[in-house]
Amino acid sequence: MQAEISSAKNVLELTGINKSFGSVVANKDVNLAVKAGSIHGIVGENGAGKSTLMSILYGFYQADTGAIRVDGREVGIPDSRAAIAHGIGMVHQHFKLVENFTVLENIILGAEEGAFLPSSRRKARLELQRLAKEYELQVDLEAITENLPVGVQQRVEILKALYRQARILILDEPTGVLTPSEADHLFRILRRLRDEGKSVILITHKLREIMDATDTVSVMRRGELIATAPTSSMTKESLAELMVGRRVLLRVDKSPSKPGEVVFDIRGLNVRDQRGVRMVKDVSFSVRAGEIVGIAGVAGNGQTELLEALAGNCVPESGTVLLNDAEIAADPFKRREAGVAHVPEDRHAIGLILSFPLRENASLGYHRRPEFGTSPMLKRSKLQQYAQAYISDYDIRPPNADLRTSLFSGGNQQKIVLAREIEHDPAVLLVGQPTRGVDIGAIEFIHRRLIELRDQNKAILLVSVELDEIRALSDRILVMFDGAIVGEASPDASERELGLLMAGIAEQDQGRG
Amino acid sequence: MQEFLSTVILLLSSTLRLSVPLILCGLAGLFSERSGLWDIGLEGKMLFAAFAAAAAAYQFDSAWVGLFFAILVAVLLSLIHGFASVTHQGNQIISGVAINFISSGLTVLLAVGWFAMGGRTPQLQPEARFPTVVLPFVEEMRSVPVIGPIYADLISGYNILLYVAFAAVPITWWVFQQTRFGLRLRAVGENPAAVDTAGISVDWLRYRALLCGAVLCGIAGAYLSVAQSAGFVREMSAGKGYMALAALIFAKWRPVPVLFACLLFGFLEALSIRFQAFDFGLGAALSTQIVQSLPYLLTVVLLAGFMGRAIPPKAGGIPYTKDR
Repeated sequence: MQAEISSAKNVLELTGINKSFGSVVANKDVNLAVKAGSIHGIVGENGAGKSTLMSILYGFYQADTGAIRVDGREVGIPDSRAAIAHGIGMVHQHFKLVENFTVLENIILGAEEGAFLPSSRRKARLELQRLAKEYELQVDLEAITENLPVGVQQRVEILKALYRQARILILDEPTGVLTPSEADHLFRILRRLRDEGKSVILITHKLREIMDATDTVSVMRRGELIATAPTSSMTKESLAELMVGRRVLLRVDKSPSKPGEVVFDIRGLNVRDQRGVRMVKDVSFSVRAGEIVGIAGVAGNGQTELLEALAGNCVPESGTVLLNDAEIAADPFKRREAGVAHVPEDRHAIGLILSFPLRENASLGYHRRPEFGTSPMLKRSKLQQYAQAYISDYDIRPPNADLRTSLFSGGNQQKIVLAREIEHDPAVLLVGQPTRGVDIGAIEFIHRRLIELRDQNKAILLVSVELDEIRALSDRILVMFDGAIVGEASPDASERELGLLMAGIAEQDQGRG
Repeated sequence: MQEFLSTVILLLSSTLRLSVPLILCGLAGLFSERSGLWDIGLEGKMLFAAFAAAAAAYQFDSAWVGLFFAILVAVLLSLIHGFASVTHQGNQIISGVAINFISSGLTVLLAVGWFAMGGRTPQLQPEARFPTVVLPFVEEMRSVPVIGPIYADLISGYNILLYVAFAAVPITWWVFQQTRFGLRLRAVGENPAAVDTAGISVDWLRYRALLCGAVLCGIAGAYLSVAQSAGFVREMSAGKGYMALAALIFAKWRPVPVLFACLLFGFLEALSIRFQAFDFGLGAALSTQIVQSLPYLLTVVLLAGFMGRAIPPKAGGIPYTKDR
């Protein structure tokens, strides 16, 4: 395989990179070569070592052993400054932008022309005009960064790297926050960069992006780089198998749903957030027994607030929430007791108390139920018994109920939350981002469990920003944009159709017509 | 008319004098807090600087030597704050409170040990204090109606540190808005990761911000003991460091509004001194106390009720780690 792709010159070579954090090996003898003028994808599960490798390349960490060569010359990269000096630029998953700065200020930060700003600003304006033209990266330089859509903020990050004359551009999970059309735009920019002779390293866990956008792909698993090949020689299935080390079912097997009565009915819900901004606008829908209703949308369009309001974590401005035709008060405890279970989007913030052991988290929120004792004391044995049951039923690893929850991996933490919410026999399950930060093996399990629950005639409301997940699990899809439900689609709807809804385009057309 | 004008001028010039330590401290806090370091130790740094200034000015018979030691002491205390909260990523509030306690105790201890005057330093001779600056043409201008007295009694005739304090405001603004250091300083208080990934040292930047603040804090201390008074008295900072912090919040961490907030607080204090003898019909002693407490009460009222949401620097109080 190496012979096929060795025609162009290597702009970047990593050889024998090792990196450990304490006893955890993050990178093990990694060798990687990136061609000039190519888009090189790196895939792997969470914790496979992709980010560590890129952090070493960008000077965030030092490798324990190994060498980095840029243009064939061995270089040391002790800090980000050195990386920039060698022409390496990075667009982080979480943008490193100062939110209340103008775009121009963000771009010149750290690349100023001397001690005083006016001359830096003048020079940067000229240079950025040129870059904008050359790479189709138009951004209003005087705009305040936080007011820009995320897709544009990402363009600012790319401009930042180009302004520093990056020749090797690393993008870490760049599409997580983008609509499908914004992602397409991004890939157009990346191809343009490649055609101008830059090298792009694209880190992602989305196999489709690898197939669509990259020329070469490397697969990482458990800290090792186990394969590099031309993308054209790979398929999604073969990549998934390499990532996980076994065959994976990418498609979720499910039978057609048999929806029953309406169980969960939401009418005219309006929610304001703490700033007083209306985040959920007049939302009405219902969920039947035995179906999964998926809410699609780009992050930040009101899904979070909707879910919080339905779980009773915040009081809506107006609207009613009916469970089996009875209104339930907006209080998390009452909702839960009435049969509305909630797997929150942010399991670290509100799903779990990370410093508690698994045993306590496994029953948290249900601990007032009589089975845990009616005296002020909790029955420890009962907590232990529940936790043990979840551990074996959900294959939680390591199987230790006394272990602090923060020490479990993302996938296992999510299983703890799911087990707790599912196993108390709810009528309705609200699930937010069920597989965020969860590895492929656990994703498969979680998806299967949700389908099983549906087949047990439960009503499930699924909120996810992963469109693939929504389409794989849902029986009906509702699309949220700017706080309102702008459309309903079947899971067979094309991605383009859903993408337009998610970008609010259909809504605008209706407005005009 | 003439009398009214002179009363107003007296009140306003007293306002200017009283607001100087607030302005200097407020700007000092601006530097450290905009870099993401809460600086509750302003009070202690100013107090210790005041003591150092008085002791050194007495010892060397020079106000300038006093100023030098004041700045030196403020720098050292700031370095302690930096060492604890930047280098070792400790809690910035605790470190600041520790500085306040150290200063409050150590100044009195040292004063008693060195001078044995019950926690004071000896009275400074006029030569060891900052002289009054008389601006040019004061006498010629005095006869001009209205403008004359304003120039002679409100604008001219203070010690040099007052002019330094007022000059520091536009200079600070300029540093923040028009220099590379200012841009980076503003950035590090909002998103240190952005600074770090741009290849700039977060720690060194924060240390530099602390040092800028320390210089201003040192000047504030010297002003208290060598310019405004003629010696150090225990606890002579009297909460001005905290008032300056309040002014900083009131000004939403911006240099020019800091000036106006401090002038307002200075004005309230000047009023309370002017009307000290005002009788509310509650007995003279009680009335005095009420008037004296007014600036502090008003601070609370203003902060609680009359300002919109102040958005502090986003990274304030959070030690920076390369955690990703």
